[in-house]
Amino acid sequence: MTKPGDAIEISGLNKWYGDYQALKGIDLNVAHGERIVVCGPSGSGKSTLIRCVNSLEEHDSGRIVVDGIEMIDNDSINAIRSEVGMVFQQFNLFPHLSILQNLTLGPMKARGMSKADADARAMEYLERVRIPDQAHKKPSELSGGQQQRVAIARSLCMEPKIMLFDEPTSALDPEMISEVLEVIVDLAEEGMTMIVVTHEMGFARRAADRMIFMDHGEVIETGTPIEFFEAPKTERCKQFLSQILQH
Amino acid sequence: MKFKTAFLFGCLIFLVGCNAAPGTWGWYVIDPRTPAGYNNIRFLLNGFGATILLSVIAAAMSMIIGMLVALPGMSSNRWIRLPSRIYIEFVRAIPLLPMLFWVFYGLPVVLKSMGINISIDAFWGAIITLAISDSAFTAEIYRSGIQSIAKGQTEAAKTVGLNYTQTMRYVILPQAIRRILPPLANQFIYIVKMSAFASVIGMQELTRRANELVVTEYRPLEIYTLLILEYLVLVLIISFFVRWLERKMGSDESR
Repeated sequence: MTKPGDAIEISGLNKWYGDYQALKGIDLNVAHGERIVVCGPSGSGKSTLIRCVNSLEEHDSGRIVVDGIEMIDNDSINAIRSEVGMVFQQFNLFPHLSILQNLTLGPMKARGMSKADADARAMEYLERVRIPDQAHKKPSELSGGQQQRVAIARSLCMEPKIMLFDEPTSALDPEMISEVLEVIVDLAEEGMTMIVVTHEMGFARRAADRMIFMDHGEVIETGTPIEFFEAPKTERCKQFLSQILQH
Repeated sequence: MKFKTAFLFGCLIFLVGCNAAPGTWGWYVIDPRTPAGYNNIRFLLNGFGATILLSVIAAAMSMIIGMLVALPGMSSNRWIRLPSRIYIEFVRAIPLLPMLFWVFYGLPVVLKSMGINISIDAFWGAIITLAISDSAFTAEIYRSGIQSIAKGQTEAAKTVGLNYTQTMRYVILPQAIRRILPPLANQFIYIVKMSAFASVIGMQELTRRANELVVTEYRPLEIYTLLILEYLVLVLIISFFVRWLERKMGSDESR
């Protein structure tokens, strides 16, 4: 199953919270440039899964290899984190820093980049997420959609090979969802490897190469968006889709 | 409000004293218009220097020790957390006065038996005791301040490649400091008041001087009233500063 050279290789992944098993033997390979959308009911383990990929959650057993680096110790975790960007549901911008400082903190402190270079790179990515004019404001002065776009730019400033999105639009007002999804679609079209946990099925149809449906800590169904939406194989998946698409 | 009431109450005692029949009250002991009263008042007020110096140094040391205790206390590893927990529980359980006696009379003996010949004078004995005793509370203030910064901030810092020290320095502490400073300043008021205990080991601060004057003048009511007013003034100054700090921090937070 494991092909050398995949962006992410996960096998037999288990995660427990006390007595509760959040992930039950997950196997998942993600090719370079592949765009995966993970969906499923809340509590299905989809967030836990992607948080294991950059070790924000420690897994209990199983193997995780990211871009050829096997997650075994702190050094390999740090190496993996420098390849993997992450965008959170709650943005998690640093509220005491300006937008520009939010973007340059990682490149300057973790990568030792000069301020001039970091500023230049930050402005470049702010243009890509279409908010260069907000660079000197504080996060709280921006709308939710703008904050999430800043969070995406902040991740991109570390020039990751893989991007993880943990429900990036769930905390947004409806009118701001599309501006964030546009930015993610742009990234997808440029060939970024990404795993997106989301309930935005329109986005999934447009951008995903592969859909993954999870429930109770297991991968229930995978397939292309067309297979997934037109002909779901399992009963649980059909039920989930009917609930989520009826609006 | 509390301070205003206390202040008015103090004034009332003073006024009653001045109008009462001769023989019951004796404000003359601290009446600056008479040479003796002037000397007495100077003697008492000269204690301010020692009380302030004692409190400031003890508070500074407590802030440093508190941080050294608090940081391992927040580790995810329970074996790193444990010593910090033990220190806090242990230190917090010892009343200040017994600890002061132990440090002043006992610690030199312990040090001597270890081959270290250091005599601890009243000044440093009091400072060490106040600093250690207060550090348990300071550590808890740091811990709650730092832990009140959302977990998401640490996670975001990790994903942009920051290590633990960088995360603390650039992300967590700048945010936590706004929540830590006001309670820390409050804790300073506590140190100022507790510094009065230093009088029992002979430290010449406000309370010691008042005690000494009472012994020679036999005017406890007047002298201790002044003593209380002395602390009141000190604490009022600090609490105005704390209020100012809280307002400043508060307005920063909402920005």
